[in-house]
Amino acid sequence: MNAITKPKFLYSKGFDTFKNFLFTLPAVSIFTIFYILPFYFIFNLSMHEWNGISPTMTFVGLENFAELMGDEIWWKSMWNAAYITLIALTLQNMVAFALALACDRDIRMKKFYRVVFFIPPVLSEVVVGLIWRWILEAGKQGGEYYGLLNYYLHKIGLVSLVNDWLSDPETALSCIAVVHCWKGFGWGFIMLLAGLQTIDKQLYEAARVDGANSWQTFKNVTVPMMVPVILVVVILTVLGSMQVFVLVMSMVGQGLVYHTDVPVLRILSAMDGTKRFGYACAMGVNFGLILIMVSVFFKIISNRMKQA
Amino acid sequence: MKTINRIFCLCLCLLVTAGLLSSCAQKEEDPNTVVMWHWLTDRQSVLQELADRYKDETGITVKMELFAPTAYSQRIIASAQAKVLPDIYGILDKKQTFASFIDSGYVAELTEEFEKDNGAWEKSLFEKAINVNRFEEGNVYDVKPGIYGVPVDVTNTQMLYNKKLLAKAGIAKAPETMDEFLVAIEALKRVGISGLVSGWGESWMAGAFASNYAFNIMGEEKIMATYKGDVPYTDPDWIKVFRVFQRLSQAGAFIEGIVTKPNKFAEQDFALERAAFAYNGSWCVNVYHNMNPDLEYGVMLPPAVESDYPMLIWGGAGTSFVVNASSEKKQKAIDFLKWFTEKEQQAYFSKETRNLPANKEALASIPEVLEDFAKMMDRTTHPTIWKYNEDHVVSEKFEKGLQSIIIGEKTPEQVAQEVQEAKERVMKRQAR
Amino acid sequence: MIDKYQSIKTIKGIFIHTFLMSVALTCLLPLLWMVRCSLMTNRAIFTDKSLIPHEIHFANYLEAWSKGNFGAYFLNSVIYTTCVVFGIVIISSLAAYAFSRLKFPGRNFFFYMFVAAMMIPLPGSFVPLFVLMNKLGLINTRFGYVLCMINVGLSMSILLLKTFFDKMPKDLEDAARIDGCGRLGIWWNVALPLARPAIAVIVIFNSLNVWNEYILAQLLLTNNSLMPLQRGIMHFAETNSVDYHLLMAGLTIAALPIVGIYLLMQKHIIKGLSSGAVVG
Repeated sequence: MNAITKPKFLYSKGFDTFKNFLFTLPAVSIFTIFYILPFYFIFNLSMHEWNGISPTMTFVGLENFAELMGDEIWWKSMWNAAYITLIALTLQNMVAFALALACDRDIRMKKFYRVVFFIPPVLSEVVVGLIWRWILEAGKQGGEYYGLLNYYLHKIGLVSLVNDWLSDPETALSCIAVVHCWKGFGWGFIMLLAGLQTIDKQLYEAARVDGANSWQTFKNVTVPMMVPVILVVVILTVLGSMQVFVLVMSMVGQGLVYHTDVPVLRILSAMDGTKRFGYACAMGVNFGLILIMVSVFFKIISNRMKQA
Repeated sequence: MKTINRIFCLCLCLLVTAGLLSSCAQKEEDPNTVVMWHWLTDRQSVLQELADRYKDETGITVKMELFAPTAYSQRIIASAQAKVLPDIYGILDKKQTFASFIDSGYVAELTEEFEKDNGAWEKSLFEKAINVNRFEEGNVYDVKPGIYGVPVDVTNTQMLYNKKLLAKAGIAKAPETMDEFLVAIEALKRVGISGLVSGWGESWMAGAFASNYAFNIMGEEKIMATYKGDVPYTDPDWIKVFRVFQRLSQAGAFIEGIVTKPNKFAEQDFALERAAFAYNGSWCVNVYHNMNPDLEYGVMLPPAVESDYPMLIWGGAGTSFVVNASSEKKQKAIDFLKWFTEKEQQAYFSKETRNLPANKEALASIPEVLEDFAKMMDRTTHPTIWKYNEDHVVSEKFEKGLQSIIIGEKTPEQVAQEVQEAKERVMKRQAR
Repeated sequence: MIDKYQSIKTIKGIFIHTFLMSVALTCLLPLLWMVRCSLMTNRAIFTDKSLIPHEIHFANYLEAWSKGNFGAYFLNSVIYTTCVVFGIVIISSLAAYAFSRLKFPGRNFFFYMFVAAMMIPLPGSFVPLFVLMNKLGLINTRFGYVLCMINVGLSMSILLLKTFFDKMPKDLEDAARIDGCGRLGIWWNVALPLARPAIAVIVIFNSLNVWNEYILAQLLLTNNSLMPLQRGIMHFAETNSVDYHLLMAGLTIAALPIVGIYLLMQKHIIKGLSSGAVVG
C-alpha cells in the first residue's frame, strides 16, 4: 500500500478471509444482540410454566410441547393460516406476476399502473378493515342491504348469493384470504417487476432471433431467470400470510368460533388471556420450526427447477 | 477508495457516539414529580388538565404518560420484569393477574389510607367500585386481605332501546321479560327493523350477556360452584342459559353478523338506528352522542327468563389505578389519587368524559341517560368481585360456544358438553 | 396481413388494459374513500351516501394535525425512518454482498440463520427484548429504537439483496478488480449501483415498515417527545368514540410521505440495467 511496512500477517490468507467476514459483522452483531439473546430466552421459557409476572418460574421440560401436539385449536389455527397462505401463493402471486409482466412491456399508462398497484400496501390496516367491513356487512335497514356487496347482488337479481359473509363459517375465512391477497399483491408486484428489470434484454432479442414466440420466450427465458426472485417472493408470501393477524382482528374481531383463528392470535391468547407465557413461547418455537421446514421445502423445489 | 472507507467509518462512529450519548443521558429523579402511566386515549387532555390543577394547588408535578390500549398490558408486564414500573399505573386485566402483581410485590396496599379518618375516603366512593380492588378474607389467590387500588370511574353494561323504532313497531314500553321481548321482536320484524345489536366480535361481551342470564337462572352460589368445579356445565341450568341464545337466534332477534361485529360497528349500527336494541356499556353515552346527537334511547335490564333470582348486570370500577410498592414517592402518589377522587375533580372528570364518576357525591350533574345507568349500580356484579373465576381457556370455549349456537352450528347440549370437557382438562392440568 | 396483425394487437391491448384497469380501480377506490371521508364531518360520513361530499371541510386536516400533535411526531418519524432505512441498506448490502461473493467459513450457516430468524413471530419476544434493552440502558432512547427496527428489517433485506447479487454478472466486478478496486470499492462502485432495483424495493419496504410501526415504539419509548407519527393516529383510532373524519385526515397525512418515497423509488426499480449501470 505505502512505504510503511505492515506486519506480515496482514497479508496472510487467514486475515484475508477475516476481512471477508468483516462485511457481515455489523449485521451479525446486531442480530446476535437483538435476536439470538431474546430467542434463547423464548426457547428457555418454552420449557417453563410462567405467568409473565411472578419472579419465579417452574421448569416443566418438554411438557408444553407435548400438550401443544394435542391442542386441536392450535392445529386448526395452523390449517386456517395454511389456507390463507395457499390462496395467497396462487391467487395473489399469479395476479402480481401477470401485472408485473404487463407493466414490464411497453404499454400506455404503465407509470400510472405502477403507482396505483402499490396503494393497498400503503393503506393502513384500520382503513382496510373499515372499508371491507363496509363492503361485506350483512344487515338490512328499511328493506335495503347496507353492505355494498349484498346491495349490488340484490340489485342485479342474484338474491340467492346474498350472504352474511363474515359470520358464515363457509365464507368468513375465504373473505379474509381474499382481502389479504388484495392488500399484499403490491409487494409481489414490485419485487417481480424489479426482478424482470434485471433480465438482460439481449436474451429476449436472442430468443426472438431464434424464432421463439412469446409463450416460448416466457417459458424458456423469463421463468428460468426469475426462479430466484420467485423463490424470495414465495418465501415472503408464506411468511406474511402465516403471520397474518391484524387484518383478521380488524375484520372479524376475536374471530368466528375457531373458523378464523390464526397462529399469532393463539399465541397472543395464550400470553394475554391465559397468562401462560411458557406455552405461548412453545407455540412460537413450534410455529417457527414449521415455517423453516416449509421454506426449506420451497428452496429444494426451486433448486430442482433451476436444474431442469 | 479511501474516501469511501473514511465516510463509512465516520458514519459508524457517529452512530455509536450518538448511541452512547443518548444512553448516558439518563433521566434524573425529581422528588416532586410523580409519574403515572395510563391507557385512556380519549381522556388524556382531561387528565392533563387535572394534573396541571394539582400542580397549581400543591406544587407536585404529575407526569401523565399515555400508551396505546393495545400495547399497555405488554408494556406493564415487561416493565415489571425490568423493575421500571412508574409510581402510578393500572392493571388492565383479570383478578388473577392483579393478584400476581401483588404477590410479586409490585403493588402497594392501600387499606390503611382508605380507613383513615373513620374510612372517609372509602365512604366517598361507590362500594362496588372499591370491591373490584379489594381482596377478601380467605380469597382463593392467597393475597393478604385489603384494598390495593383506587377506582376513578365506574361503568356498567346494560341493554338500550331506541324509543323511535319501538314506537314505529307499536310497542308502548320496553320489554321486561323474555316473552315480552320476543313479542317485541316479532313486531319489529313485521316493519323490517332488526332486533338486538352488540359487539359480540369482542367475545367478552357475549360472555357477559350469558353471565347475566346465569345469575337470573341459577343465582350466584351455583355459578361459583361451577367455577370451582363442583357443578358441571352440563347441568340443566347451564343448558337453560345456552338455550336463551338458541331461542333468541331462532326468533331472529339478533342483527345479522352479530357474532363477528366489533363493538365500534355495533355502536354505529345502533346510532344509525339500524337496530332497536343494543347491549353496551355506559361509555356508549359519549359514543352515541358523538355519532348521532338526536338519538332517543332508554336504558333497560336484559329481559328476564325466570323470577327465582334477580337479573344482575356486569359493572363496577371502569378504571382503577394502583401505586408502585417500591416507589420512593409512594405517599405523593397516594395523595394525588386521593385528590383525584375528591368530589370536585370527579365531577369535572365525569362531565368532560361523560363517564360515571367513582365518587358518589359527584353524581349531581350528569346527563339523564347516564343517570339511568347510575341507578342500576346496585344490580351490578363483576368477575373481579367473585370468589372464584373461570380459567381463560374455559371461558374462551364458552364464548366461542355461544357463537356456535347463534350461527346454528351446534346445539346447547353439544356446547355444554364441550365446555365441560375443556373445564376438566384445565382442572387436570392445574392439579399437576 | 398487417391489418390483421394490428387488430390482434389491439384486441390484446384492450384485454390487457381491461385487466389492469379493473385491478387499478379496486386499489384506487379505497384511497378515494379515505380522502372523501377526511373532508366530511363525522356525522356526514354516516349519513351522506354520495361519492362527492356536499360540504368540504379542509379544516379537518388542520384539526387532525394539531389535535394529534403531528408536528413533533412527524419529525420523529422522519428521523427514525431515515436512520433505519439508511442503516439497513448499508448493513444488509454489506452482508448480502459477502454472502453472495466473498468466501469465509460459516458463510452459508450465517445466511440461513438470518433467513430462519424471520420465521419466529415477534409478539413472543416483547418481554425479553424489553428486559435486554433496559439492561443495555437503551430504553426510552432514539438509538435503541432505531437499532431494534434495523434488526426487524434486516433478515428480509439480506435475503432479497443476496438473491439479486447472485443474479448479477461477475464480469464488471472482475474488471473493477483489475483496475485495482478493493472489496469495499467493488461493493460501493459496482455491486450497489447494479442492485439498484432491489435496493429501491428494500427502501420502500422498510420505510413503510418503520413509518407504520408503533407497537415496538409503545414498548420501548416512554417520553411523548420521542414517539413516532402513529402515536398521533392512535389518538383518533384507539378511543371509545372515534372521530372518523379526523382519523381519515390523519391517515391521509400519514400516507403522503410513503407515497412520496414510493414515487421516488419506483423509478429506480424501472431503470435497472438498461441505463447507467456503472457509476463512479
